[in-house]
Amino acid sequence: MRHRIPVFVVAVAAVCVLLGSVQRPEGGSDAVLAFGRLPVLAEGRIKPLDSVARSTLLVIQGRQRVMRADRTELTPDEWLLDVFYAPEKADTYRVFVVDNPDLLSLIGKNDENLAIHYDKAAEQVMALIGFLPSRQRRMSFSEIAPYLQQIEAQEKLAEPVEAQSRTRFQSAVVQLYGNLSHYLRLRRALAPEGTRDFLGELLHLQESLSDGVEAVRAKEAGKPHDEAKAAALIAEGQKFIGMAESTDLLAIPPDDGAADPNAWHTAGHALLESFGQGFVSPPVLAYAGMGYAWRNHEAPSFAHIVQMYGSGLEKRFGPQVRKARIETVFNAAQPFYAAMIIYLCAFLCAVLSWLKWPEPARVSAWGLVALGWAVTTAGIATRMWLEGRPPVTNLYSSALFIGWGSVALCLVLEATYKNAIGTAAAGMIGFATLLIAHHLALAGDTLEMMRAVLDSNFWLGTHVVVVTTGYASTFLAGILAVIYILRGVFTRTLDKATADALARMVYGIVCFATLFSFVGTTLGGIWADQSWGRFWGWDPKENGALIIVIWNALILHARWGGLVKQRGLMCLAVFGNVVTSWSWFGTNMLGIGLHSYGFTEAAFWWLSVFIASQLALIAVASLPLGKWRSFRAPAASP
Amino acid sequence: MPPLIIQLRNVLVSLRLTVFLLALSIVLVFWATLDQVHLGVWAVQQKFFHSFLVFARVGDLRVPVYPGGYTIGGLLLVNLLCAHAYRFRRGWGKAGIWTAHAGLILLLVGELVSGLVQQDYQMRLDEGETRNYSESSLLNELAVIDATDPKLDQVVAIPESMLASGAVVQNPVLPFKVVPRAYYENSTVQMRTQAPGAPASPANQGMGPQLAVTPAEVTYRQDERNTPSAYVELVGPEGSLGTWAVSVLLGNPQRFEYAGRSWKMAMRPKRLYEPYSLTLEKFSHDIYPGTDIPKNFSSKVRINPPEGGEGREVLIYMNNPLRYAGLTYYQASFDNNDKTTILQVVRNPSWLAPYIACAAITLGLVIQFLIHLAGFARGRRRA
Repeated sequence: MRHRIPVFVVAVAAVCVLLGSVQRPEGGSDAVLAFGRLPVLAEGRIKPLDSVARSTLLVIQGRQRVMRADRTELTPDEWLLDVFYAPEKADTYRVFVVDNPDLLSLIGKNDENLAIHYDKAAEQVMALIGFLPSRQRRMSFSEIAPYLQQIEAQEKLAEPVEAQSRTRFQSAVVQLYGNLSHYLRLRRALAPEGTRDFLGELLHLQESLSDGVEAVRAKEAGKPHDEAKAAALIAEGQKFIGMAESTDLLAIPPDDGAADPNAWHTAGHALLESFGQGFVSPPVLAYAGMGYAWRNHEAPSFAHIVQMYGSGLEKRFGPQVRKARIETVFNAAQPFYAAMIIYLCAFLCAVLSWLKWPEPARVSAWGLVALGWAVTTAGIATRMWLEGRPPVTNLYSSALFIGWGSVALCLVLEATYKNAIGTAAAGMIGFATLLIAHHLALAGDTLEMMRAVLDSNFWLGTHVVVVTTGYASTFLAGILAVIYILRGVFTRTLDKATADALARMVYGIVCFATLFSFVGTTLGGIWADQSWGRFWGWDPKENGALIIVIWNALILHARWGGLVKQRGLMCLAVFGNVVTSWSWFGTNMLGIGLHSYGFTEAAFWWLSVFIASQLALIAVASLPLGKWRSFRAPAASP
Repeated sequence: MPPLIIQLRNVLVSLRLTVFLLALSIVLVFWATLDQVHLGVWAVQQKFFHSFLVFARVGDLRVPVYPGGYTIGGLLLVNLLCAHAYRFRRGWGKAGIWTAHAGLILLLVGELVSGLVQQDYQMRLDEGETRNYSESSLLNELAVIDATDPKLDQVVAIPESMLASGAVVQNPVLPFKVVPRAYYENSTVQMRTQAPGAPASPANQGMGPQLAVTPAEVTYRQDERNTPSAYVELVGPEGSLGTWAVSVLLGNPQRFEYAGRSWKMAMRPKRLYEPYSLTLEKFSHDIYPGTDIPKNFSSKVRINPPEGGEGREVLIYMNNPLRYAGLTYYQASFDNNDKTTILQVVRNPSWLAPYIACAAITLGLVIQFLIHLAGFARGRRRA
């Protein structure tokens, strides 16, 4: 019975993960899913439209789900379809986050017209205590549209100011303007502004194309021609130029036999080429056909066109199409979200094992951590395969990898010590790093292209991975020390054996951290020598890494010299959390000071809170040992 | 031994001192990182790391407030050497520590040396252009050139620092003395017609009388450089030849005739001449499709050796510099609508030191921690 409980717990969790990853989003029909899988070239890489929709939504509104005015939900793909083909509907969805009070008043909002009124008494109570939002944060495009001119004027004033020295209002207005243009670029990607029946227009063009081209040629040569036909074609051409210039979504694949497989076009560009080719680009027609069917709710013909276009693409771009399909599955599965919940459960199980019920809860926690780790491993591996890169390429993936590395170490610790400390630490770090990653994802596509200087898989694979492992292990030592202090001061569960085991773990992890942070930092120096001609330049990020190395070395020397005992070691390790968090995030915020912006502003606040909490823990640990509940004289216990 | 010396020795070999110095160095690095916001990275290096003491301004006084990089690094070195000398023991038990610390010494000394001897220059090349020199991105010089022979220029380069100190320069090549009258570390230069209110110029020769030179605040930002100007008087045996205004902002050298020879004078970035030359054949700036994110920068360069001949073609791109004749050329930047490349040129004779040092420290740490791990595993098996 005893060992059946953990098996049961882990099995239930695994089933939940599997069900969650294959579960179909509500309302999304097969055809809509198939549409989401269509590949396009955006932000430098080929990706499914589903990723375009999701990353746009994350950037402009900080979440993937979209609510209609009647509070029913749309999938990201349905939202994108409306943006492309039914903009009058899409304009009414509230997807633009505006928080800055000055910006709100610029677009005519105040406390009264932002307040959400609930009808039911229960909802009113929930809103009052903060479980339901009490005011609108998100605006629709139609709400903002009347103020576009003012926003543009303010943006022109704010834009020349360096990002770091902008006031909150300035950053907010620059951000909103960027989001609005992002939205408009999508709205104009597949059909020109203000056209109701683009398919009809293109079919008409198809018929009149040869006559029109002839008329224009004759006109240019100064020969007699049909003026009306020439003028109509020139007007079309201007419309297409407008389309080509107002979007950056390269939705149209290269022509058959094109030399460069990356030469994708905008729809406008492909249409302009149809004048020379004598026929309208088939992919543009296909997209216009989907638009017609979507607008007129003709589900079967929509499904048919998507399927036809998709299978045509697959014949020519098999690998890319398959990659896009897997990326869509990955997007929907949200493995990191699942892992976050599993880690949280694992942490609770581990704590439960200390307080009550030692064996089943401990083994369950271990199983859950292993499951969460397997899920994140799969997620990170998928990302690496999609990107063709080592695991860490930006701040987002560094958060994933720090979590992954720490949890891996924790699994080893737990396998060695079997006292639920490793799993508790794993649960905490795994949950926290995934939460951080979730917030970092709000900056845009997390599979972004690497800038030239970083474009080296060798150095990304060595320096970045090793130094990130160094960060991970320094954090792990700190978290173990936090467990020591919390259990020692506030509970009676820290007996001598556990305390000694924790001390050995922290010492071992600090050794590991010293090695990895040192090797990672110097590999970075060597990379810098290879690319800039200096081994060390005292740049903030380099200094941050150096401080971690010195701090770890200091801990080791202090222990070897007998300057600190168990408790001192723990305090030093907790301070390692402060040092590492500063190097990880603080160095990115330099020069921002008190008037920071956007995400970084929130990050600055959280970083300060985190550092304050760690200092508070060190203060708590400095209480005389007699005040620690675990170390009180036995006489005091009943 | 007298007790005082024993006490001193005990301090010098102690781990307590090590920990104390490590803590000091963390504060130093942290403080220097924060100060970069105001000072820029170059000034921070001078203030915090390439110094014995860190000075702060209290009112008008410069007061030493903290030990600098040389002091802390030096003391760490002394502490390390003393500790090893005092606790020297034969045997493999400490092999890891020994290797790691030897590597650390090499690293510290190597960085000290490269801080002292490393020189940084830049070479700007337009497509098709050939150059045999690179220019300093920090330092400037006043070049006085005997241009009488059209085939060969004879150059006397006076460093900026001598102009700043106001020292009179007498050189056997020059039939006159160069007397700095004023020097501005950063300045702007305008035509006098555009700055009617400017004070009278001390210059009475060359371009000087038409120019208005205004001192400007010294900048430490990485993306800006100081543009110094100076007034220099040339004094021959029979008296003054006049005063010239010189500035790096003036494009062409100013010409004059004296003692039957033709002279040119210009303030310009300090130059490093090479016996060979480089020709830029092509500069490429690739971007990811549909974005403006740079994918790669590369310069196809021909090296023309001093003995003449065809030379060879090399491609310099990100993370792939050219090492040639003791210099290293890196792709640093570009200009002029992708028609001009800017190469960073570095001379650093000790560039190999950190590579060796890092290998040694890594090896040492791995050995040491494996020894620990083995001991730990034995302990657990016994338990």
